[in-house]
Amino acid sequence: MPSTSVQSAPNAKPVQGTSKSPKAEGDRRFKKIDITMKRNQYRSDALIEVLHVAQEAFGYLEEDTLTYIARGLKLPLSRVYGVATFYHLFSLKPNGAHTCVVCMGTACYVKGGGKVVAALEKELGIEVGSTTEDDQVSLMAARCLGACGIAPAVVFDGSIAGKVEPEAAIAKIRAWQSS
Amino acid sequence: MDWAELLEIAETEKHRQRGIRVHCCTSTGCRAANSLDVMRNMQNAVEDANLGDRVEVVGVGCMGFCGRGPLVQVDPEELLYEEVTPETASSIIDALHGGEATPIQGDVHHPFFSRQMKIVRQHSGKLDPERIEDYIAAGGYQGLYKALYDLTPADVVDEITRSGLRGRGGGGYPTGLKWATVGKMPGDQKYVICNGDEGDPGAFMDRSVLESDPHLILEGMAIAGYAIGANHGYIYVRAEYPLAIQRLQKAIQQAKKYGLLGSQIFDSAFDFKIDIRIGAGAFVCGEETALIHSIEGARGNPRPRPPYPAESGLWHCPTLINNVETLANISAIIKGGADWYAGIGTETSKGTKIFALTGKIRNNGLIEVPMGITLREIVEEMGGGVPDGMVKAVQTGGPSGGCIPATLLDTPVDYDSLMKVGSMMGSGGMVVMDHETSMVEVARFYMEFCRGETCGKCVPCRTGTVQLYSLLNKLVNRQATQADLDTMEALCYMVKETSLCGLGMTAPNPVLSTLRYFKEEYDALLQTPAYLNGHSVQSDAIASSVSP
Repeated sequence: MPSTSVQSAPNAKPVQGTSKSPKAEGDRRFKKIDITMKRNQYRSDALIEVLHVAQEAFGYLEEDTLTYIARGLKLPLSRVYGVATFYHLFSLKPNGAHTCVVCMGTACYVKGGGKVVAALEKELGIEVGSTTEDDQVSLMAARCLGACGIAPAVVFDGSIAGKVEPEAAIAKIRAWQSS
Repeated sequence: MDWAELLEIAETEKHRQRGIRVHCCTSTGCRAANSLDVMRNMQNAVEDANLGDRVEVVGVGCMGFCGRGPLVQVDPEELLYEEVTPETASSIIDALHGGEATPIQGDVHHPFFSRQMKIVRQHSGKLDPERIEDYIAAGGYQGLYKALYDLTPADVVDEITRSGLRGRGGGGYPTGLKWATVGKMPGDQKYVICNGDEGDPGAFMDRSVLESDPHLILEGMAIAGYAIGANHGYIYVRAEYPLAIQRLQKAIQQAKKYGLLGSQIFDSAFDFKIDIRIGAGAFVCGEETALIHSIEGARGNPRPRPPYPAESGLWHCPTLINNVETLANISAIIKGGADWYAGIGTETSKGTKIFALTGKIRNNGLIEVPMGITLREIVEEMGGGVPDGMVKAVQTGGPSGGCIPATLLDTPVDYDSLMKVGSMMGSGGMVVMDHETSMVEVARFYMEFCRGETCGKCVPCRTGTVQLYSLLNKLVNRQATQADLDTMEALCYMVKETSLCGLGMTAPNPVLSTLRYFKEEYDALLQTPAYLNGHSVQSDAIASSVSP
């Protein structure tokens, strides 16, 4: 039964020093996955929806979570892993405390989205698609947010900002780092 | 629910509405510019001034002029305010009782607005997308009623066929023909899918329609379901559009409550339910077979066609897949009649098309124009041209389209004319580029996009895009030779002709169209002549022109 692994999985690995370990409040988050799977009668076509819920609950998808979902939906792990790695929005690595997503759609690109990315890469000392060493900031690029009217657009921790100049983006990042 | 009840809801709603409606845009673009605070402050101002019995502040969908948001429009006076801030918001309400409004006042008679013709966007920016009553008061769900009670399924298909409507997702396949094909297929279980996986960068028409008028899509899908004999529909929306998803969910709930979705719609024998499926960030899922795989919970890999989804689609059942904007036209065609719709547009492209006018342009936002309008009218008159400088090119069709040079601005905007100049209608992105934009870099930008978005199933697309990207990169870094340029061109044709799905078949288009119109920019980036660095470029070029 999948429910046994619910109980054991969160405690399987020791908590690793930091307070924001994904293991800290395991059960409740696995419950969210359970509810979604049940609502969809454990049908395999619910996989993407379940992965969305899991990622929202845990912040990313680690192997334990994928195994758990595979068992619940009675799918081979390879299939679950294949889907999780196919879609860009699923992440198998944890993100930083803050996320900064720069839109690199055509309109934003033409209006200088690339300069914003370059400035942030320089400021943070990382490449787009990675997280700073202190796990504070993840820098990502989006294909298109559909906010082309206010290009270049950047999403700071889930809230979208328009007409962002490189200086303004850097100021925002510095504010995160100093807080 | 019957006809009388539908009219009663409309009457009650009209009665409830106040004489003055202050519309505040609450779509993604304006939200990012703080429009929710603007709305709240205006609502407070109405309360403070005791104007509640004659003024109401309504959160509405997109008004189109996204570059100047947040937008507020006072109706029926048609006073438009641009770039309203939470601080200046209350003055708009003050102006209704003798005060003065401080935000910039917009001109609703500017060509940006006056040249538009709104069919799909007729309710956008006028009604509250989160209230079904508002939609019903504007004549909503009457098209569905008419289809169910005045027309047979075959009549509906015939009506759509005669309207001349073509798919708005880019391909331009005749919608009526598609419906007829699915309708004729044997089998009890059929599906309707609404393709809301708007992946083209620089395009946001579908997002706006879904956010501003979700019931229009539900109604269109239900009519389609009736016409082809399907009782189940799916809307596939990108996860990048959270507001659209939230509003669709709400709309489906409301429609179910009123018996406009579910079993025995309008007390007829027709049942139809709609589920939402959320994407997870894969451009290729806009391709219909890939989208079907994604709805089934699998990787979004396309498969060879035939069989087409019309024959064997979702769970191997006959499936109708239409784009958001296509379905948004249906209710209007049923209500207004095929002849009326066929009277708009050109010989081969009927009706209107929404474009996302963005990039280096003064007025950017969404416009809905009749087919056949020229690019020049759109860019120069409606868009107001480039802020400082000249138009160099207009990119249409996203990564599958091409760049149209300024010299061809008189090209009429319809499916066939755009194809003729080496671009395509696409879903409706229209990005204006000025002299500062390097066309080779634009080509590289799109190739980088395709390289990242190829699903990896077929070789020409998987490796071709990588090779093309590296050649373009070499060019931009001034390390390429004439031989590289020739290889690149040959590779473009190969990828175009041998790829499995639309993504690969169209991926080289941005390169080919810029090569066609901006060859000199490519030539200028070629490696410096041989005598400067001791390397024989000329002989390379000769060798490559001789070899097959």
